Amino acid sequence: MESVNIIGAGLAGLSAAITLAQNGIKCNLFSLQPSERAQSVLAEGGINGALNTMGEDDCTENHYNDTMKGGVYLADPNAVDSLTQNAPDIIRMLQSIGVPFNTKDNEIVLRNFGGQKKKRTAYARSSTGKIIMNAMIDECRKYEKKGLVNRCSHHELIKLLIKNKKCFGVRIKDTYTGVINDYYGTVIAACGGMNGFFPEMITGTTQNSGEAAALMFSQGVEFSNLEMLQFHPTTIGIPNKRCLVTEAARGEGGRLFIERNGEKWYFMEEKYPELKNLMPRDVVSREMFFVRRMEDCSGEVYLDMTGLSEDVWQNKLSDLREEIIHYLGKDPKVLPIPVHEGIHYFMGGINTDERHSTNIKYLYAAGECTSQYHGANRLGGNSMLGAIYGGKRAALSVIEDNGFNEHPVFDMEICDDTPARYSVIIKIRDILLSSMGIVRNEQTLANAHSELSNFAAGEKLSEREKRRVSLAIAMITSAEQRKESRGAHYREDYPETDDKYKKIIVSAFKDGEVLTEFRQIPQRRVQK
Amino acid sequence: MKYRLEIMRQKDSTSEPYLQCIDYETDDCNTAVSTALSQINNNGNYKDINGNIVSHISWECSCLQKKCGACAMVINSKPRLACDTKLSECNINGVVKIEPLKKFPVVSDLTVDRSIMFENLKAINAWLSSEYRSDDKTNNTAYISSRCLQCGCCLEVCPNFYAGSEFFGTSVLAPMSRVITLSENEDLKAASKLYKKNYYSGCGKSLACKDVCPAKIDVDDLLVNSNAAAVWRIGFGKKKR
Repeated sequence: MESVNIIGAGLAGLSAAITLAQNGIKCNLFSLQPSERAQSVLAEGGINGALNTMGEDDCTENHYNDTMKGGVYLADPNAVDSLTQNAPDIIRMLQSIGVPFNTKDNEIVLRNFGGQKKKRTAYARSSTGKIIMNAMIDECRKYEKKGLVNRCSHHELIKLLIKNKKCFGVRIKDTYTGVINDYYGTVIAACGGMNGFFPEMITGTTQNSGEAAALMFSQGVEFSNLEMLQFHPTTIGIPNKRCLVTEAARGEGGRLFIERNGEKWYFMEEKYPELKNLMPRDVVSREMFFVRRMEDCSGEVYLDMTGLSEDVWQNKLSDLREEIIHYLGKDPKVLPIPVHEGIHYFMGGINTDERHSTNIKYLYAAGECTSQYHGANRLGGNSMLGAIYGGKRAALSVIEDNGFNEHPVFDMEICDDTPARYSVIIKIRDILLSSMGIVRNEQTLANAHSELSNFAAGEKLSEREKRRVSLAIAMITSAEQRKESRGAHYREDYPETDDKYKKIIVSAFKDGEVLTEFRQIPQRRVQK
Repeated sequence: MKYRLEIMRQKDSTSEPYLQCIDYETDDCNTAVSTALSQINNNGNYKDINGNIVSHISWECSCLQKKCGACAMVINSKPRLACDTKLSECNINGVVKIEPLKKFPVVSDLTVDRSIMFENLKAINAWLSSEYRSDDKTNNTAYISSRCLQCGCCLEVCPNFYAGSEFFGTSVLAPMSRVITLSENEDLKAASKLYKKNYYSGCGKSLACKDVCPAKIDVDDLLVNSNAAAVWRIGFGKKKR
């Protein structure tokens, strides 16, 4: 088997590389920057798994139910089944490679997270992503030394080598030297979300330009659930981006309020007496949007963490407190802080089945760039789980399928490689934002669609810019097609969830056109 | 407020570096060096003080909230993260000089090739050789040492480190501290041997690294712990912990 080519060195890419290496299979791990700079290091709150260490009688079936319900039944039930059943083992694996999760009496402590009734989120204070990445990077290094993982930082994907719906490898540019090379072999895309479509509005990395997603879409890779953008309810504005205030702040007791008739109104607690401030993210974000619009409410929504204990600040949220003081000049231990929704996660992405296969043979995908686990809304704590399990599952599928024996040779044609202009990126972003916000409707979506089409027709765009336009049109078209409200997709003209639409919307680019269609979600297999 | 940004430019690894001066205005006292660089690049029409259009300035960034270490550079003679350095605080009489880290080869402008750091981590075997869980006792050290950004600021100020030297510098201290803290028996011995060779014996204890660490890692603390576990206790034949 040729070396497997992994695009992206974040948590999903590392997990795939480690799994392949453990099975004695070589891989090239390509990324724009080293793993230390990947978005995964920004994850804060934790990773979910029904370890049941808190005496709450938790089980993987509960985790399955919460994940499916949180995603409003748009996720692939069999994929979620494997994800949640494997979650405790994933966390134990992380512990065995030395991740210092918070422990008590040497047993992992779990915290509350949104959309889950049981304590199920393992964490390392409030820098869980950074701490997990550190251990995964060290683990991967072991295989680098053995020659099984070939780490290629500062390398960019130029194109997939696709012929007759089969992917035989990747064309890669070394951004330091400009040298371009082809690497034949099965491909695993682990290139993250589509942050680059929303500069300055996102909580994630600015390194992720969205170019890899746009490129793959233009090459015929199918995407699904593109209308599902997650707005995280609690973010603060910092230069050039949004800074996340982890959901753990609410998990540990933080409360949201807005001033109503001169008094603090803890609206989530009043409206949702069971889960209160820990409703799924889509619900909280929407409620924040609505209360800000109410006439008798004034100002921003605030997150009140003043009631949290000294122990919580010291041992569970130390980094968060320091960060808020640094950026807002306010101590959250003493004063409530103003928070606003920010784009945080892309539930949609490359259309993958439970084996992480795509519609292109020999092309697999894992991590945030895929779509099968989170449906219409992702639960906090499920992203790192999805990335680690997904990377592993994709690698195992690659091994099972055993690649190809012969491949065609691809010509090194000269292609337009001009970078997308910032003005164009911002234009596309603004059109998307005008219609794809927390509340959507037919009219604004139709306006955005035609504005984007007109813009593309009237401008001389580079290849990279054209691809961005196509993927953006697919996002808007998906939102237009879904004439119901479900999870992160809220249509004020269709406020109810309609079971007629309990299907995924698959987008494809064919002969210069964006095509979309509804497809059935697989049935859950009968449990043994 | 108007700042004079003096940026060290270099087209590619073989061309001559030169200083380009740009007058940059901002009303926001929170404007970071990273914000200024992004804005100049995104705008595309900035001119330097001689009236020349400023071409795209090459620099690396990712998280913009001091968690990834990508944007390390030398700002007014001090290695820092561009996203964590406010113009209003770092300027000297309105001047902010921005240079690439000097211990690594320049790729272009402010982008440097830090591969040597990752090669050194490979050479010192910075990984756990067997399965080890952290527990209530080791958790804190493992956590602190996991926070290292691999940004390279510590190497910039280190009087003992140069690329290619047998002394690898403090960027290996944090990862090795986790390994040493968690490992036992033969694994600990093997890790200690390389730690001594590539870190302990070459460190002149200037601790300049501690002052510049953007993650504020307590280098003293890690040194004391790791030296005790890897050098002293093993040397005197005592069991770890």
